[in-house]
Amino acid sequence: MTESHLKIAIRRIRKDRLAVAGFLVICIFALVACLDCIPLPVREASGIRWGRTALDAAFNKEPEKSYSPPLADRGLLNRKEFALASRHLLGTNNLGEDVLYNGLKGVRTAFVIGIVPTLIAALFAVMLGLFAGYYGGFIDDLIQYVYQVLSSIPSILLLIAMLMIMERGLWQLCVALGVTSWVGLCRLIRGETLKVKNMEYVEAARALGASDARLIFRHILPNVMHIVIIEITLDFSALVMTETVLTYIGVGVEPGTGSWGRMIMMADRELANGIWWNLSTASAFLFILVLAFNTFADTLRDALDPRLRKG
Amino acid sequence: MLSYIVRRFLLAIPTVIGVCLVTFLLFNVFASPEAVARKQLGKNPTETQIAAWVASHGMDKPMFFNLHREKDGRLHPFDSRFWNHMRELVLFQFPESDYLHEKVTSLLKQKIGPSLSLTVPAFLLSMIVTLPIALFIAYYRGTYIDKLALFICVILMSIAILNYIIFGQYLLAVVFKYFPIYGYDFGVGAWKFLLLPVILAVASGLGGGVRFYRTIMLNEVRADYVRTAMAKGVSEEGILFKHVLKNAMIPILTTTVLSIPFLITGSLLLEIFFGIPGMGNLMINAINNHDYPVIRTLVYIYSLLYIAGSILTDISYTLVDPRVSFK
Repeated sequence: MTESHLKIAIRRIRKDRLAVAGFLVICIFALVACLDCIPLPVREASGIRWGRTALDAAFNKEPEKSYSPPLADRGLLNRKEFALASRHLLGTNNLGEDVLYNGLKGVRTAFVIGIVPTLIAALFAVMLGLFAGYYGGFIDDLIQYVYQVLSSIPSILLLIAMLMIMERGLWQLCVALGVTSWVGLCRLIRGETLKVKNMEYVEAARALGASDARLIFRHILPNVMHIVIIEITLDFSALVMTETVLTYIGVGVEPGTGSWGRMIMMADRELANGIWWNLSTASAFLFILVLAFNTFADTLRDALDPRLRKG
Repeated sequence: MLSYIVRRFLLAIPTVIGVCLVTFLLFNVFASPEAVARKQLGKNPTETQIAAWVASHGMDKPMFFNLHREKDGRLHPFDSRFWNHMRELVLFQFPESDYLHEKVTSLLKQKIGPSLSLTVPAFLLSMIVTLPIALFIAYYRGTYIDKLALFICVILMSIAILNYIIFGQYLLAVVFKYFPIYGYDFGVGAWKFLLLPVILAVASGLGGGVRFYRTIMLNEVRADYVRTAMAKGVSEEGILFKHVLKNAMIPILTTTVLSIPFLITGSLLLEIFFGIPGMGNLMINAINNHDYPVIRTLVYIYSLLYIAGSILTDISYTLVDPRVSFK
């Protein structure tokens, strides 16, 4: 993508106020995720340990024993009065953990789940899509057969099967989501490569004696890369939503990883007992981030490539 | 026509074999028999217990070709994990569930009814609700009604399906008591338990569906035949409801098949929350109890359904669109 293309895209996005608002919200969430990545030293008897992140340090509040409502001004058991600064703004969950803190911890997980699988998928999809589209013939048939087979297995079942076999964990989840989501992207890139490879400038480069590798990676790849960028933003919401479902049914991230799916799972039966803050916080975080990405991704897609509009 | 259908089914055979290969890779190559046995046997199994479990499930056999002679001196080269797996799936001789100790086939027979009684009405109702709304918005394209409706769609799409179910169940069944909270009844009495899950299924798919169908309709609105119809004086309503809707049926048909996986996810969660003893329920039990034979069979069955669905879509194209030939 040339500089001017990028400028045109940015100008188009800036015209849409909703998309700009969405982008700002994404930036705020990304900032929280970054804060959760910066390790801070903890002094212990055995030396300095680098386990705490900046986000952990910002939430240095006394844990409760059990549920406490949002903004409770005194502790549940010792009835000690809290200073305003050490109150749990959004209450605590059944283990006495601060709900706001748990919600913020989920942001980093959401970003990892929303972006890493598409990057993994893009690696496969770009290579295979380029080769299928460029070489055609037997290679094309083989790659098409592979994605025909994989797309015939409903992705939720393939995910469950893979996650049952692998150990539970955030990275395993990313790999599983990546493997199940490369097919759509591969199909798009193959189609685009078919179009691009017969354009005049590729013909010209071939006439000048450029090798296949140079044609593919130097001339065709940059002209299909925008599809990858579009796909990353478009898939983000779906991936984050899938994570909550998978965690809810018991094959998602392991306990101990901040996750909105886990918060929802732990809180959904408590709604009838009047404990709403835990569930609402997780749902609100999820809703706001997904809404921001949905508004931004649509505009980005239209700005970069209006032909890809799917609905 | 008949030769087209036959050819289409024959072309699906390599795909089915591919699905069998993928399930074999997943459950026999990537998952080691010892690890599966350990998960299945629970806390601290002894080595002999594991070996016995592995042997009883035929997972100690060679991977591809069995070149060991039996006691009677005969050779069974195809008595291996790979060929047994393929035979199992292709001939529909599904194994026994590790947890429920019942043939998976009979489990499927029990569970398919409740699942279908949830997904089929949900699917039909969502088409009946979504299409007219999409047409209505397409009719007002470019106006503020259109913009507002699109924004509402994006908001509806951004609510997680878990939230639809949790808050819907809480508000409509627990607080207002319009519907029963939980349960199922075999036979005609099931309808009152299914009402709320069906409504929630329709609601959760509404935003995405309306937006998608609107895009399809708008693509059709720009077609030449619309201009022709306008030129000869057909009213806007006539164009939209007769010409556009008919032509939009092709992409809509494609998406109905593509939405099968989403039906699975939706019904999975709905069945857990509303206690409907269907396939989703079976799946959750299998996940929680490491019941690999059930998951393996479900992966295969749903893939077959998906492949059959896409063949039916191709055939139904020819029914709605005379331009699509049988070639």
